[in-house]
Amino acid sequence: MSANIRPSGVFDTSYGQDISINRTRGDKWLSNGLLIALLLVPLLTAEGPLGISLVPQLWIGLIIRIAIFAIAVQGLNILIGYTGQISLGHAAFMAVGAYTSAILARELGMSFWLALPLSALFTGGVGLIFGLPSLRVKGFYLAMATLAAQFIIPWILRYPLEGITGGSRPLEVPAPSLFGLSFAHENAMFYIIIPLAVIMALAARNIARTRVGRAFVSVRDNDLAAELLGINVFSYKLQAFFLSALYAGVAGCLLAFESNSLSLDKFLLDRSIEMLAMLVIGGAGFPLGPLFGVAFVNLLTQNIIPSIIPSVKGVLPSLFPFLNPINVDAALSPLLFGLALMVFLIIAPRGLAHRWEILKISWKLRPYSH
Amino acid sequence: MTELPKLEVRNISLSFGGIRALNHVAFNVPTGSIFAIIGPNGAGKTSLINSINGFYHPQEGAVLFEGQDISGLPAFKRAKLGISRTFQNIALYTNMTALDNLMAARHIHMRTNLLTGALYWGSARAEEIEHRARVEEIIDFLEMESIRKTVVGNLSYGLRKRVELGRALALEPTLLLLDEPMAGMNVEEKEDMARFILDIHERQKMTILLIEHDMGLVMDISHRVVALDFGRKIAEGTPDEIKKNDAVIKAYLGQEA
Repeated sequence: MSANIRPSGVFDTSYGQDISINRTRGDKWLSNGLLIALLLVPLLTAEGPLGISLVPQLWIGLIIRIAIFAIAVQGLNILIGYTGQISLGHAAFMAVGAYTSAILARELGMSFWLALPLSALFTGGVGLIFGLPSLRVKGFYLAMATLAAQFIIPWILRYPLEGITGGSRPLEVPAPSLFGLSFAHENAMFYIIIPLAVIMALAARNIARTRVGRAFVSVRDNDLAAELLGINVFSYKLQAFFLSALYAGVAGCLLAFESNSLSLDKFLLDRSIEMLAMLVIGGAGFPLGPLFGVAFVNLLTQNIIPSIIPSVKGVLPSLFPFLNPINVDAALSPLLFGLALMVFLIIAPRGLAHRWEILKISWKLRPYSH
Repeated sequence: MTELPKLEVRNISLSFGGIRALNHVAFNVPTGSIFAIIGPNGAGKTSLINSINGFYHPQEGAVLFEGQDISGLPAFKRAKLGISRTFQNIALYTNMTALDNLMAARHIHMRTNLLTGALYWGSARAEEIEHRARVEEIIDFLEMESIRKTVVGNLSYGLRKRVELGRALALEPTLLLLDEPMAGMNVEEKEDMARFILDIHERQKMTILLIEHDMGLVMDISHRVVALDFGRKIAEGTPDEIKKNDAVIKAYLGQEA
């Protein structure tokens, strides 16, 4: 979406063109082409119908994971990036979506297609409740208030609701099916998750560029002026909490049905912080920020760091002989991730999406500097 | 029969803890006038505008807009009635473009909600284009075509003041509150701003309530002036009357020994 790099000398000739996402025919071809190329990927794997292994099967799982977390971080972007309200309970909202949909499917035999919207709306409602403190508190204090969600929700799921959630034990989730077609294989889930991720991203983009989105950003940039210029600040804060939790709910539901099994330790505080890191690395407040952040962090932790670990393994114990090499091995991966994060925050504090904007502008002005 | 005043400030008093910011202030702003509030620093001018606007709620007295008591209304509802303002220390949406700042002020005239906005079909898109056209008229009028898509945080002080005026106008108010629109500007920028204010008044018959320290300018463009000192109204009248008023001279220059 919106890969609209364009050369200088191409102008918009109507307001309609100026405000659309794909502003030229080239943009349209590029966006649709990318989407179609992405949808062809599972066909080219060893387990695909053609049986040609052009694409490693591992990629499918990786793309699915990126898509699911892109949806979740999209929600976080609406709340933090656009509306400027901090939340440290995003993983807990994902848990609400995941467990609600799983329980609806297990206990009531509801199909995935109905459980998805219901669990998303329910999660939105829960988000609304935990958004109430934003009436009175801002910044750090609001972060503390949302931290409560991160501790209360998993606790409720683990103990009071143990009878239907299974508590600390993993919960099995049936695979979605449509007209007798089962989506048990990840190559099939791919065709549920990717279109949904695209729809959710488009919806977020559309909200951001219309009335509600501008109200969100007004609240972030100057809540006082917003109130005095006719925006009901509290109502829009709550709408942002609702929407953010709704996105988390969809992502949680997809995560539950994709892995066929559910356990609470996927939704703890470290996951909330990880999503926050993804948003910051990708660029908070930019439409493409979530996708960039999630893709980059996933590549970093799953591919880049594991591939450089063997070559740096011996360095620390040889520098500091008192270190036990076994302890170093375990600590190296989070250490390198933390290091990458720090370097990132120094080089690109506004995130990858901001870099992308700069690239687009310089491309448009090329070959001149301004 | 006398015409209903646009705004009636009825005996309002406002205290913060032990400090009396406003003390039984009362005046009427006639419809279609340029009305100035003057006074030394700390006289309560901005507190007065904040009370009219709904940011402060005075403990005593009432504010009537077009005859309707709006004292109990929250700020965002007063904006919907047609009261708009600018701020002494520019309060723009810093990370938005000038265009988006103006579009954000169209909020009360637009209908798109979360759902229709997310779908962006038909009405939402049509509404965007329709309001874009209205906003472009204001951009045209304030001569800010070249900064349309500049993030306002990157603009110069004078231009930011102009964007803020544009944002206040985009709300299509019938009463415009301007809190020191020319503070910190050079002569040329002040003249531009005065021209815009007079143009707005002339073309749209808008009632304008103005706080300003530049006396020459206030006396030139306003029809009626109220002078405040230590939260009290000390004088009200035409610019010529105010110029000769002893209490005003005393407040500004001190008393002869």
